[in-house]
Amino acid sequence: MQASDRFNINSQLEHLQAKYVGTGHADVSRFEWAVNIQRDSYASYVGHYPLLAYFAVAENESIGREKYNFMQKMLLPCGLPPEKDED
Amino acid sequence: MADAVDDEIRRVQEERKKREQDLAAMSLEKSSFDQDLYGGLGRADGYVASIPADEGEDEEGDTEREVAKKLASYTAPKSLLGVLPGRNEDGVEEDPGFNRPSRIIDREDDYRKRRLNRIISPERVDPFAMGDKTPDPSVRTYADIMREEAHKREKEETLRVIAKKKQEEAERRAKEQSEAPTRVQQAAAPQPAAANGKRRNRWDKSGGEEEPAKKAKTSDWDAPDAGPAASRWDAPTPGRPGADATPAARRNRWDATPTPGRPADDDATPSGGVTPGATPAGTMWDATPKNMATPTPKKQRSRWDETPATMGSATPMGGQTPGAFTPGVTPMGGLGMETPTPSQIALRVPQTPEQYNAMKWERDIEERNRPLSDEELDAMFPMEGYKILDPPASYVPIRTPARKLLATPTPMAGATPGYMIPEEDRGQQFDLPKEGPAGLPEIKPEDYQYFGALLQEKDEEALTPEEAKERKIMKLLLKVKNGTPPQRKTALRQLTDKAREFGAGPLFNQILPLLMSPTLEDQERHLLVKVIDRVLYKLDELVRPYVHKILVVIEPLLIDEDYYARVEGREIISNLSKAAGLATMIAAMRPDIDNIDEYVRNTTARAFSVVASALGIPALLPFLKAVCKSKKSWQARHTGIKIVQQVAILLGVAILPHLRSLVEIIEEGLGDENQKVRTITALSLAALAEAAAPYGIESFDSVLKPLWKGIRSHRGKVLAAFLKSIGFIIPLMDAMYASYYTKEVMVILIREFQSPDEEMKKIVLKVVKQCAGTDGVEADYIRAEILPEFFKNFWVRRMALDRRNYKQLVETTVEIANKVGVSDIVGRIVEDLKDESEPYRRMVMETIDKVVSALGSADIDARLEELLIDGILYAFQEQTSDDTNVMLNGFGTVVNSLGQRVKPYLPQICGTIKWRLNNKSAKVRQQAADLIARIAVVMKACHEEQLMGHLGVVLYEYLGEEYPEVLGSILGALKAIVNVIGMTKMTPPIKDLLPRLTPILKNRHEKVQENCIDLVGRIADRGAEFVPAREWMRICFELLDMLKAHKKGIRRATVNTFGYIAKAVGPQDVLATLLNNLKVQERQNRVCTTVAIAIVAETCSPFTVLPALMNEYKVPELNVQNGVLKSLSFLFEYIGEMGKDYIYAVTPLLEDALMDRDLVHRQTAASAVMHMALGVAGLGCEDALIHLLNFIWPNIFETSPHVINAVMGAVDGMRVSCGPAVILNYCLQGLFHPARKVREVYWRIYNNLYIGSQDGLIAAYPVLEDEGQNTFSRPELNMFV
Repeated sequence: MQASDRFNINSQLEHLQAKYVGTGHADVSRFEWAVNIQRDSYASYVGHYPLLAYFAVAENESIGREKYNFMQKMLLPCGLPPEKDED
Repeated sequence: MADAVDDEIRRVQEERKKREQDLAAMSLEKSSFDQDLYGGLGRADGYVASIPADEGEDEEGDTEREVAKKLASYTAPKSLLGVLPGRNEDGVEEDPGFNRPSRIIDREDDYRKRRLNRIISPERVDPFAMGDKTPDPSVRTYADIMREEAHKREKEETLRVIAKKKQEEAERRAKEQSEAPTRVQQAAAPQPAAANGKRRNRWDKSGGEEEPAKKAKTSDWDAPDAGPAASRWDAPTPGRPGADATPAARRNRWDATPTPGRPADDDATPSGGVTPGATPAGTMWDATPKNMATPTPKKQRSRWDETPATMGSATPMGGQTPGAFTPGVTPMGGLGMETPTPSQIALRVPQTPEQYNAMKWERDIEERNRPLSDEELDAMFPMEGYKILDPPASYVPIRTPARKLLATPTPMAGATPGYMIPEEDRGQQFDLPKEGPAGLPEIKPEDYQYFGALLQEKDEEALTPEEAKERKIMKLLLKVKNGTPPQRKTALRQLTDKAREFGAGPLFNQILPLLMSPTLEDQERHLLVKVIDRVLYKLDELVRPYVHKILVVIEPLLIDEDYYARVEGREIISNLSKAAGLATMIAAMRPDIDNIDEYVRNTTARAFSVVASALGIPALLPFLKAVCKSKKSWQARHTGIKIVQQVAILLGVAILPHLRSLVEIIEEGLGDENQKVRTITALSLAALAEAAAPYGIESFDSVLKPLWKGIRSHRGKVLAAFLKSIGFIIPLMDAMYASYYTKEVMVILIREFQSPDEEMKKIVLKVVKQCAGTDGVEADYIRAEILPEFFKNFWVRRMALDRRNYKQLVETTVEIANKVGVSDIVGRIVEDLKDESEPYRRMVMETIDKVVSALGSADIDARLEELLIDGILYAFQEQTSDDTNVMLNGFGTVVNSLGQRVKPYLPQICGTIKWRLNNKSAKVRQQAADLIARIAVVMKACHEEQLMGHLGVVLYEYLGEEYPEVLGSILGALKAIVNVIGMTKMTPPIKDLLPRLTPILKNRHEKVQENCIDLVGRIADRGAEFVPAREWMRICFELLDMLKAHKKGIRRATVNTFGYIAKAVGPQDVLATLLNNLKVQERQNRVCTTVAIAIVAETCSPFTVLPALMNEYKVPELNVQNGVLKSLSFLFEYIGEMGKDYIYAVTPLLEDALMDRDLVHRQTAASAVMHMALGVAGLGCEDALIHLLNFIWPNIFETSPHVINAVMGAVDGMRVSCGPAVILNYCLQGLFHPARKVREVYWRIYNNLYIGSQDGLIAAYPVLEDEGQNTFSRPELNMFV
């Protein structure tokens, strides 16, 4: 950690990570990042009602169903994690 | 000359003394005066026989005289010199920085010191850990402890009986002796001798009395300090007829530092150990000299008197010491009890640093003068040509007894059977404390007894695992206690991490004795408590056997005077109870509830309340119920009820759900047979009612009757407690009931108005206040029933002398005034404004101030108004010492409240003010000026402009005032007048006034600066045209310095004033001087200048400033260019969204700066870009901003902290104004860069971005290719209707 970090928000990066799941670091894999993107996206869809309504119209589903689906998809949005490379 | 006079005086005095002695001897022979009354010959020696002639000089303080001597040539005001810092009475330089760490024990009172009497009990068995097994007989179970407690109580009782018997016996003997002095004392059957009024005989008195036996009867009361000491020798000590000793003197000597040679004198060991025939009980009694008079003798003994026998018998379980080998772990907690290790032999506890230093010095000398050793001699002399001879057989080395005796181990008085010649140890390093192995912090002399073991060089391999562990813990604790912050941090972490590995026993056995150390300092205690807290968390249920030990050490924190210590103590106990569980806590604390020592019960009650707050009240209710109804001892009931009180105080309104049960638990205490229990019950009810207010009256239904009945049957302390609880319950009631109950209690209250007891007075006042403040108590009732008695008894001079009485009385009177109105109250006390006692006048004034400011003055009729103004003027003029501004505030409040009605009195008031402005005393002048500031608005309202003008001129003349406090007030008064009178009508005219203020701006005193800058700013704002521009320019320069003032108010006023001046005289001139100022060397000055430029730009629009500023950037000088950039940064910060019109103008300049090789250029430019970006967010300047971002972006790899901060700030600013998607696109190129260094930076930016605009990024994330079984696509975003 650099000296400058003492003064800004990065000073508590660890703490921050706990607070914001979506933050990353130099060793984040493509998969991890993508999972965060997916979850953020679903959370955003669920959070913005007009967007939810739009999807509902497009998919011909009820808004509640859409919401439920999105929440379910947040569980394993990209499928199972790939096997770790040995390093 | 002076010496001759002094000699003469001395000679005359001596002559007179001789004559007087002759005379006294003569008169004694004739028994012309009563010797009992006037004492013996020695009596008069204590008085000063003559009055010194130079007393007048002594009147002024010593420091003042000293200063006058040393600083005769200075002409600064006395008041300033009086507080000359950094020098105390001895002329020794005081530490100018922080206060030296204070030892806790130094600020503790006797009651708090009683914590040292407590004993860290051995650990107890954890019944939960054992399951169904029967406890091993060797461990201590709850039953054991209860038995011990009972045993202790019983013993206490027995001892009391013995004490009583002894006393009776002594009395009887004394009586016999006084009757027949020749008869030999004999131990006969005890006889009740109490019938005789005399209680003690002092037959071993050391005075020069001729007939001790006869005189004893009357004169032993004259020497109070010899009496108790003598009783110590009364015990039958065979072979020691005692009457010859002078024990008082000897005892005192023992308390001092042991002098060389003393240990050889066996008489000097004061404990009973020297009287071989004495019984153990007798020994103990001998050690407590005051035992005759007190029923609980053990608490009174001083630490010095403690003997091992005492300790041993007080702790019958001493044999069960847990198997630990370090000195500190002996569970007694008794000082000096530990086995002395060689390194600490001479360091008997507790040793003061002075003693230590003296000893160190002595050793140093010894060390230098020590005989040369063989090795040293070998080194000095050539190898050949010398022969080593054997010392002659008769040779005996000379020893210095002083040193040897000091180094003799006398761990306990009486333990040394005889003198032993100590062994010579050359290896000892006397000059400095031995360094511990490998980087341990210094061990303070006080700490040797705990950490002494670390000084011994030991082979780590040879230690048993247990010992190694002990040593490791000791090292870590030493690092925590005395180490540097980094050492402390790592040690603390190690202790925490390895807590379970070390085990609870070894840890607590070392930490807890440290906490009991008498030399502990606040900081050290804080650290050790922190260790306990961390360790507790880790150990969890393993702490159970040690709960009581920990409590003994932590409970005293709950009554510490330091707030943070109390909080810390609560936290620890709360964590402890969470770790150990309720059952263990109760089991640990139950025996202490009916402890004989009040101190123990008090702290235990507080600890219990913390347990209740940690584990919830309901969990504790059944236990409390049982305790409060205990039949066995009143102490248990008392403590139980006290717990309820503490719970109410600690938890406040959170007790509401359990209020009824809590009241039910304690209500029976109101009728208890013990008075103390009744008192504490009433106090607990008061605490409950206070915590529950304004709810919960229905819970108190059951206690109303006993309470109201109680106030009729009780007197004194109990009554006070009952009244207190009533006072808190009445405000909870409905109006109707409140009125009824108030009338009931008022009879008693009015009776108690006359009570001489201070505590009762305070409580009565408080209850009256509470009653008067309740709805349903009518004004007429108060007026008719309460007021006459109230004023008669409380509004007396004596009440003003005690601070707490004073406050309470003022509060109560104001509360009553709220009911009965202003005129009733003010009318009654207004005459007292002319009372001759100043504190009383002040109290009257404060009351009038509060009443009038709360209720206004509409109620005051013409006559009262006259009396009031008259009284106030009198009181204001007569005040001599008012540091609290009571008179001033009162005056201001009344005048402002009366408004236009003051007009007739204004000439008189102003006359007083003018007269007082001319007073010799600075305080008086200051108050006069302050008063002008307060009443200026009213004067304007009364159309007294002429008068104000006149005052203005007077104040103007006093601007040469030398006292800064007064000068500040005068400036404040001028400001008030200028504010209300306006610039045009002001006299003296502004053009005269302002030039006079310019030099005052140089004054460094904060009050002067603040008032002056306010006044100047006001003139610049409203009346700039009255003053020539040149004067304003001059003021500008003065103001530059004030931009770096410490006080924020001054800086803000300065900034505003700058703006006003620039507006008044136009920005060009100001700017020219400011830009020139950028060239100066002093950095602070340049910074202030840049701020000023930005302010000018803000007030006069940026376009007046920017051209000149940007032109200045052409100057090829680092300071100037940076100054310009910094000004731009401030400028864009101040002008905010106004910046959108100037972005394109400054972009080329910023481009250049961002490409500069100089780091500071880029840094400052980046912060300018940040402010610019933040200011223009949403105003359509993205094109220019993205252009600038391209210049910013390469700087993200900077490592200098300031630069990277500025760059990150700029990027963040861009996120706000250009949107997160733009920055994300910049980021994407580096998030998965092959180089880690690059990735780290990019991820940091990404995280900032993510935290700032998480939601905004959703639409901008890149499309990721699916990979194997993982799908990364987000089909939802492609949907289209």
